[in-house]
Amino acid sequence: MTSSAAPHVADARGEAGRAGSDVRSDLHVTFEQRTSGGIDIQLRSRVDLYYGGAIRQQVRDVLQSLGVKHAHIDIVDEGALPFVIAARIEAAVRRAGLAEGKSSLPDAVALPAPSPRDRLRRSRLYLPGNEPKYFVNAGLHAPDAIILDLEDSVYFAEKDTARLLVRNALRALDFEAAERMVRINQLPLGLADLEEIVPQSPDLILVPKVETPEQISDVVRAMELIAQQVGVARPIWLMPILESALGIENAFTIAKASSQIAAITIGLEDYTADLGVAKTPEGTESLYARQRVANAAHAAHVQAIDSAYGDAADGDGLLRWGQASRALGFEGMGCIHPIQIEIIHRAFSPTASEVEKAREIVAAYEDAQRRGLGVVSLGSKMIDAPVVQRALKLVARARQMGIVGNDLASGAQS
Amino acid sequence: MSAGLATGLITNAAGRRVPTMVNGREQEPYKGVDGHRPTGHKAGPSIRSNSDYPANGDKRVPDLETALRLCGLRDGMTISSHHHLREGDRVALTALQTAARMGAKDLVWFPSASFPCHEPVIDLMKSGAVHHIEGSMNGPLGDYCSHGNMRGLGVLRSHGGRWQAVQDGEVHIDIAVIAAPTADFFGNADGSHGKSACGSLGFALADSVYADRVIAVTDNLVPFPCIPWQIQGNNVDYVVQVDSIGDPSMIVSGTTQITRSPDRLRISELVARFLCDSGIMRDGFSFQAGAGGIALAFVDHLARMMKAANVKASFVRGGSTKYLVDMLNEGLIGYILDGQTFDLDAVRSIASDPRHVATSPFTSYNFHGKGNFASMVDAAVLGATEVDVHFNANVVTHSDGRLLHGIGGWQNCLFAGCTILAVPSFRDRIPVIVDEVTTITGPGELIDVIATERGIAINPKRQDLLDAVRGKGLPIRSIEEIKAEVEKICGGKPSKPRLLDYPVAVVKWVDGTVLDTVWRVVDDNPYAPKVSGGE
Repeated sequence: MTSSAAPHVADARGEAGRAGSDVRSDLHVTFEQRTSGGIDIQLRSRVDLYYGGAIRQQVRDVLQSLGVKHAHIDIVDEGALPFVIAARIEAAVRRAGLAEGKSSLPDAVALPAPSPRDRLRRSRLYLPGNEPKYFVNAGLHAPDAIILDLEDSVYFAEKDTARLLVRNALRALDFEAAERMVRINQLPLGLADLEEIVPQSPDLILVPKVETPEQISDVVRAMELIAQQVGVARPIWLMPILESALGIENAFTIAKASSQIAAITIGLEDYTADLGVAKTPEGTESLYARQRVANAAHAAHVQAIDSAYGDAADGDGLLRWGQASRALGFEGMGCIHPIQIEIIHRAFSPTASEVEKAREIVAAYEDAQRRGLGVVSLGSKMIDAPVVQRALKLVARARQMGIVGNDLASGAQS
Repeated sequence: MSAGLATGLITNAAGRRVPTMVNGREQEPYKGVDGHRPTGHKAGPSIRSNSDYPANGDKRVPDLETALRLCGLRDGMTISSHHHLREGDRVALTALQTAARMGAKDLVWFPSASFPCHEPVIDLMKSGAVHHIEGSMNGPLGDYCSHGNMRGLGVLRSHGGRWQAVQDGEVHIDIAVIAAPTADFFGNADGSHGKSACGSLGFALADSVYADRVIAVTDNLVPFPCIPWQIQGNNVDYVVQVDSIGDPSMIVSGTTQITRSPDRLRISELVARFLCDSGIMRDGFSFQAGAGGIALAFVDHLARMMKAANVKASFVRGGSTKYLVDMLNEGLIGYILDGQTFDLDAVRSIASDPRHVATSPFTSYNFHGKGNFASMVDAAVLGATEVDVHFNANVVTHSDGRLLHGIGGWQNCLFAGCTILAVPSFRDRIPVIVDEVTTITGPGELIDVIATERGIAINPKRQDLLDAVRGKGLPIRSIEEIKAEVEKICGGKPSKPRLLDYPVAVVKWVDGTVLDTVWRVVDDNPYAPKVSGGE
């Protein structure tokens, strides 16, 4: 009857993660704090025969770094990778109200080189932040960027667990050549996201539902503080998402709100909802908003990036949308499934004749430079300076896309 | 009390320890891919005289029990059945249960493949009616055998190896029970029509010729002659008419949708690009692909690349599905040489299109044939459960040693001009690329390419393929490199599950020699996902 008869009374308890026959690459953790008896592990795992020992050892290591000495922990594992196991245990322990100020970080892979501000951002692949099975191979599909999403794809009740999972993924996974982006929640919830995410040096943070430049300033201040504390020196770019009528109207001032802004983008689901109109495959209802975003981005010298195309099965529709988007001045868009990546890259690539034409102009320009001529001419036509600038930009982009080889870098072959 | 216990073990040319005696019969150990040349004469069926059969051709008997009695059912007989009705089959189980009810003991069941629907055979093994199974085992049957519960050793053979074993006299079929979607009273039978239509009956052909007695069981008796016929009535002893031979919804599937799994799509696209960039995909080429998720997506990618390059294939071996039928109809391929017909579109096509031809393990796979179709195919795209750094592959056991899947035509297809295994590099944290496969089902020297989502490994002995794709932008990597990367992701090398030094089954090579042994499993993982393979 009394607690003296029960030395293993649980005074704190937390659960995290998912298990079940429909779940893969995740686990469910039930954590119960104990007052004595050390660490008691109950494990059911699909991969017990191969990694049962490794999982038990990892549980002990993680609990030790979280400062837990006595606990009963019950794990149902559907073949989760180590970075997921660590995140779920930490989440369960934190939900029990423990491990204040402590964390258990997985081994880090080498950080890729910092991301240039104006790098190619044709495709960004959304990865729901609490769905680990899609993480590990995301980079193999060669999107220009992956986005670990903590916002709309994560239930409110799972924000804390997703945050740890995304943190561990940024640290432990190799996303190949993809730029590593994270979409945080709106502040103030997003502050907690930044605290976990910024120390892992993501390349870019997407800030949702931005309506005023002040919102960006708040994020920048919070990031600077964290970066100073943990000593992150490399740049972390920002991409505000404009998703309301007000946000669209303030597109230019938002785009100018910080020198860390590399691009601005538009969120069409929320935008059309704000307007109270239907979102159509043609996108007529958002044409003004998209043009406004494109124009504001160019005025502020940042990239204009379009929304995602929601029907992954409709490749033709996606190609049309992407081509129209490029024609409006956008440089890329989101993808919700890897099969969209190649189509988007095609849509945002200059055509062969565009490249050919641009290379002729660049060659003429370089020829004029060499000969000290002030006027660039191609055949009998005089080429205006803006046309030359556009051609230079197009050839440079085509080179980044691998459409033009480096041997033609100068464009000055005769 | 496995029969394997009483015999010695010998190390074969693959470096694997194999029993010298299996189910009372002496064995040849594997001697290398081409190392075995039996001589002499093939086994023959017993002599029959047509005067012993009804002159009016009517071989009907009232029921299966009567047929089995007239066939002289006795203890210890070998009874064969076939898997063209797949998971919908009702005939094999009914035949064995009927024989058990008639009091038969110690039967050997010789299916061309078993399916999860055959689980009740476990009860027949427990009661003593069935002694052991010589054929693929998976799911509950596989577990039963893997735990050493079967009285004899399991013998796993390829579709071609089954024909070879019959012709070598290694297996003598006493009674063959053939499920026939359409038949006449004479025993002519076919699979392309009827409510239980399944396409080709090729797996039953050897049995129809070599068994002592043959029973055709049909739920669609048509007036003589049954046209077309694939089984010749002249080989059939008795015809039994029943209400239903199976569940049509489980016999053929509707159109299988191409996988949406990004990783599987990537693997299938890499395979198609490999065929394109290596020059294998050229006018008049041929290929074989199965009906699994990656294979279907591969066919879809390949069809698009063939259209873009204006290339036509002369023939395709299947495993036929809607996707191959579409290619046939679009003129992208000249003929489908069909070993197994998987979906409704394919069944309709084989019934109506003369370019869609039913074949058999004899035409395609048999070691004792004077050549076979499988080796004439330019490229075969197959799967595997494990692959090792020597390119050896396993399709029969899970990494924990449990029986998972039959061999099917897999071993026979390894003789294609270019054999490509399309596999994920790991599944549920379990690496697919390992130091050494649990059970060798295919020797590495016949496996040319391993395509994973993390890159394509080409067997170093195929310098021609390495040269052909150099500089084409494909992610060509060494198999060791991919393995190391996967082990890093999975958190180190997986532990090897303990297996008892106690054979429960053997894996035969296509020539009848013993390639490897399946050992009794020790550790059970109650939380391991249920496996339900086919063939």
